[in-house]
Amino acid sequence: MSEETHTPDAGTAPDAAATSQDAPLLTGAAVAHRDLRSVRGPLVVVGDAAGVGWDEFARISVGDGAERHGLVLEVNRDLATVQVLEGTAGLTPGGVEVRFDGQPLQVPVGDGWLGRICNGRGAPLDGGPEVTGERFAPVAGWPLNPVFREPPDEPVLTGVSVIDGLMTLVRGQKLPIFSAAGLPHLELATQIAAQASSQGRPFRVVFAAMGLTHPDIAFVRDRLEDRSAAGELVLLLNAADDPVIERILTPRIALTIAEDLAYEGGQDVLVIMSDMTSYAEALREVSAARKEIPARRGYPGYLYSDLATLYERCGRVRGRDGSVTVLPVLTMPGGDITHPVPDLTGYITEGQIVLSAEVEARGVYPPVDVLSSLSRLMRSGTGAGRTREDHRDVAAQVIAALARARSAAELSELIGESALGETDREFIEFRDAVERGLFAQRDDERRDLNDTLGRAWRALAVLPKRELTMIPREFVDRYLPKPDTTDGAADIPDGAEG
Amino acid sequence: MSGVIARVNGPVVEAERLPGLSMGEIVTLGPARITAETIAIDGDSAVLQAYEYTGGLAAGDAAEPEGEQLSGLLGPGLLGNAFDGLLRPLSGAPQWLRPDRPGSTQDPAILDRRWRFVPSATQGTQVEAGEVLGTVPDSGAVEHRVLVPPGVSGALEWIAADGETAARDAIARIAGREVRLAEPWPLRRPRPFAERLADVLPLHTGQRVLDLLYPVAAGTAAAIPGGFGTGKTMTLQQIAKWSDADVIVYVGCGERGNEMADVLTSLAELTDRHGGRLIDRTVIVANTSNMPMMAREASIYTGVVIAEYYRDMGHDAVVIADSTSRWAEALREFANRNGDLPAEEGYPASLASALAAFYERAARVRTLGGQTAAVTVIGAVSPPGGDMTEPVTTNTERFVRALWLLDRDLAYARHYPAVSWHGSFARDVDEIARWHATNDDPDWADRRARAIGTLAEADRLAGLAEVIGSSALPGRERMILLGGRLLQEGVLTQNALGAADASSSAEKSAALLGFALDTIDECQRLVAAGVAAATLEQWDFSPLLRAREEFGPDDAAGIAGRRDAFLAELGTAS
Repeated sequence: MSEETHTPDAGTAPDAAATSQDAPLLTGAAVAHRDLRSVRGPLVVVGDAAGVGWDEFARISVGDGAERHGLVLEVNRDLATVQVLEGTAGLTPGGVEVRFDGQPLQVPVGDGWLGRICNGRGAPLDGGPEVTGERFAPVAGWPLNPVFREPPDEPVLTGVSVIDGLMTLVRGQKLPIFSAAGLPHLELATQIAAQASSQGRPFRVVFAAMGLTHPDIAFVRDRLEDRSAAGELVLLLNAADDPVIERILTPRIALTIAEDLAYEGGQDVLVIMSDMTSYAEALREVSAARKEIPARRGYPGYLYSDLATLYERCGRVRGRDGSVTVLPVLTMPGGDITHPVPDLTGYITEGQIVLSAEVEARGVYPPVDVLSSLSRLMRSGTGAGRTREDHRDVAAQVIAALARARSAAELSELIGESALGETDREFIEFRDAVERGLFAQRDDERRDLNDTLGRAWRALAVLPKRELTMIPREFVDRYLPKPDTTDGAADIPDGAEG
Repeated sequence: MSGVIARVNGPVVEAERLPGLSMGEIVTLGPARITAETIAIDGDSAVLQAYEYTGGLAAGDAAEPEGEQLSGLLGPGLLGNAFDGLLRPLSGAPQWLRPDRPGSTQDPAILDRRWRFVPSATQGTQVEAGEVLGTVPDSGAVEHRVLVPPGVSGALEWIAADGETAARDAIARIAGREVRLAEPWPLRRPRPFAERLADVLPLHTGQRVLDLLYPVAAGTAAAIPGGFGTGKTMTLQQIAKWSDADVIVYVGCGERGNEMADVLTSLAELTDRHGGRLIDRTVIVANTSNMPMMAREASIYTGVVIAEYYRDMGHDAVVIADSTSRWAEALREFANRNGDLPAEEGYPASLASALAAFYERAARVRTLGGQTAAVTVIGAVSPPGGDMTEPVTTNTERFVRALWLLDRDLAYARHYPAVSWHGSFARDVDEIARWHATNDDPDWADRRARAIGTLAEADRLAGLAEVIGSSALPGRERMILLGGRLLQEGVLTQNALGAADASSSAEKSAALLGFALDTIDECQRLVAAGVAAATLEQWDFSPLLRAREEFGPDDAAGIAGRRDAFLAELGTAS
């Protein structure tokens, strides 16, 4: 298994997307294979299967009439190794029929998904009919030719000050939330999902839940009810007690739907994938069942490539209107950022939003650890013509000042605040001002960008002017609140974009 | 004659009934004719690595040997364009990269394009490998020279007249062998040269922390290890944009698609000092992380061969590989699937020798044609978990001449480029100092020593100050702490997006460092003369700190003027 394992793609039949239009989704090829040679973990080995292609989709009928689904992981002469999405419990060699599709898995795509709630495999949970579409697409798509990529350069405003102000999300970006158990990452992810907009363009959200608990799923549904009612939301739900291997498919289906809405439908789509740690564990389970040589912490060596085939499906395409923005959410086991899942994710994504228990303990929501967080694309999505002319410089200054405040605070703990120099004390004061005034907000509060930047300037006003070396003088003169006014917003000239 | 596929496991394919196959030979698989390379032979069966997604490939499908090694077509049209890891043009490829694309040597976008060939060799003379036969105008920023291919020599029986020709048209005949405008070359085979040269001269990167503290010599190798978020890619892009080589080969190996798009777009918009577009001196090899993994493994070699191709024409080339860790992971993934015994962390035992062979391709040489030119190799390393003891990092350190270690704390404080002065090294620094001494900058080594000394001392004192408080330190030591900050913020940080600051000429870098060092000296003099340390710590140093952004990349004189005025003002402190 590799990056390609789950990259069903009509290798032998490049026009399969077209030919499958007239084939119903759930019909398999005629030949039934009954020769089950072995069952191990989520894997079955099917004998007498010469001619079956690698990565084909398989349907497995068990004696009781129920159907399970699988993917071909290896073909070896007349043997095919199949991973069963729903698990192998209850399978008996001899009592099972396996039918192969003759091609990798495809799903219907189009607007039919909007407003729907489905399981991790795309089957409806909302009592409605099967989702249908005019077009079918292979669930892992093809790699986008890098030459066709349009560099992302327009902001997605989330209404969350700390994100919009300091780590702006950009249309077509992939920006994960790194969290730990007990932190409000779902609150933040759903707040972003509910509030995000791309300056008046049609905005859609695809939410792929992998291994979430039932209370979490209820919470997500509740928070996103407005989006769902407006037909702007697709929910794919794989709960913690749902089949584990099914999770390998869930994000791929979500991204396939999103790509079509974006590049064919011209809409801006935000894909939220939570929790990627559960996804990676499913991958590890399959790898272990295959007795593959593990890399770090038992995860397979291809975890990077595999995650990349998901995250890299974000972007914009030259000559097309829409965009796919990806926001994976992952809980770092033990809060360890060097754990393979956050580590490899960080190498692929364009920055990260890190939540911290320490910030949460100070009573700040969202508890973002600003110094460890970063949006790499912020520089191209902000500034004059995008957000506001002073945005980038203000953000850089706030972050640099926070770094200095942190070392001053550490010093203060060792030697006492009274032994600190004047400047160090001002930096600590700045940190308190910025956390209370800019970062903290309610989980249903939506702030516009001018409000956010005004709050940043008011916090910076706590510092001596000579310390604002990262902001050009003209912006300092234009935006810095005068010492005698308490309301900095009054200093922001009219007509500033935001 | 065609064999049959027996087993498919992702990119690892076993085929049988293939007698006479040679190692490295290309085999095409199945109805989609997927390219695969032979990596093991056992009797008449073979293990093949497929360069495309193998979905749908079944046991019993055909495996057809092609009788040649993995090759790419080297000719005009490389500069300014983007290719995948197998040197297939991406510019003419469709939006979605499906497996059924033609190979590099068969791509119509390349074969159909017409070029003007201007002969310069004389018919009837004796020619040797590496000699110039003619040139192709309008093929990028450097002169494209068509050379006698390696291994070919003899009488030049015929040479084409000045005129239009296509890539695969013959332009000369030497001792009965036709030479074409573009010739295929096995991508894994290094191109031959006459001899390695030992003399050292610096590659100017335009990045102050590198040029002033950790310089790299042209024709050597450097590596940039750094965890995610430390600005590796940004630093590499800056080097790609502003270093003073003739040709840049940028290999995006298993990295982000948006970054490749950004490189392409920004290079097309930027111009160099002579007004030429930067893209016209650049070849992009893009095998992003979602493109087939095994082509990622090949992309590194493809990049170096392109650089060597331009080196042979007499041009200095720089290969930038981002990231070698992704390449090593491709090696690991394949070795694991193939059932090889793992060495450290699952990597194959051959990892160290593979890395060594790659970095040794860096060389300053006398070419077959008698020119002097260099290939410099700069590789990024992405250590998992920021762990600098992992195999790719530790083995890379052994084989490079310069190491630019990126520090997470510096990056978190938005000190970019986040090159740390702990653990970075430049092994050719003495020779480079000698080069500067004989090229109008005798003080280069002295400034470097003072800067490194101040930074190290400041870090030591910062540790002390954390324990006892900086106000408890004597004035002299507080000035060293201040000096460390001035060097970091005023000299070593560089704004990649600043119009004036993105690149820095050697003169501007020297002037800026001189400005900071003189300021530190003046502070020490003032403290020794009785001025309170706190007065100086609260002094407005913004004329120094803003100088890097307020004077253009070549404006050393402006900085000198600023320095004189500022020092005069600082001298009045009491």
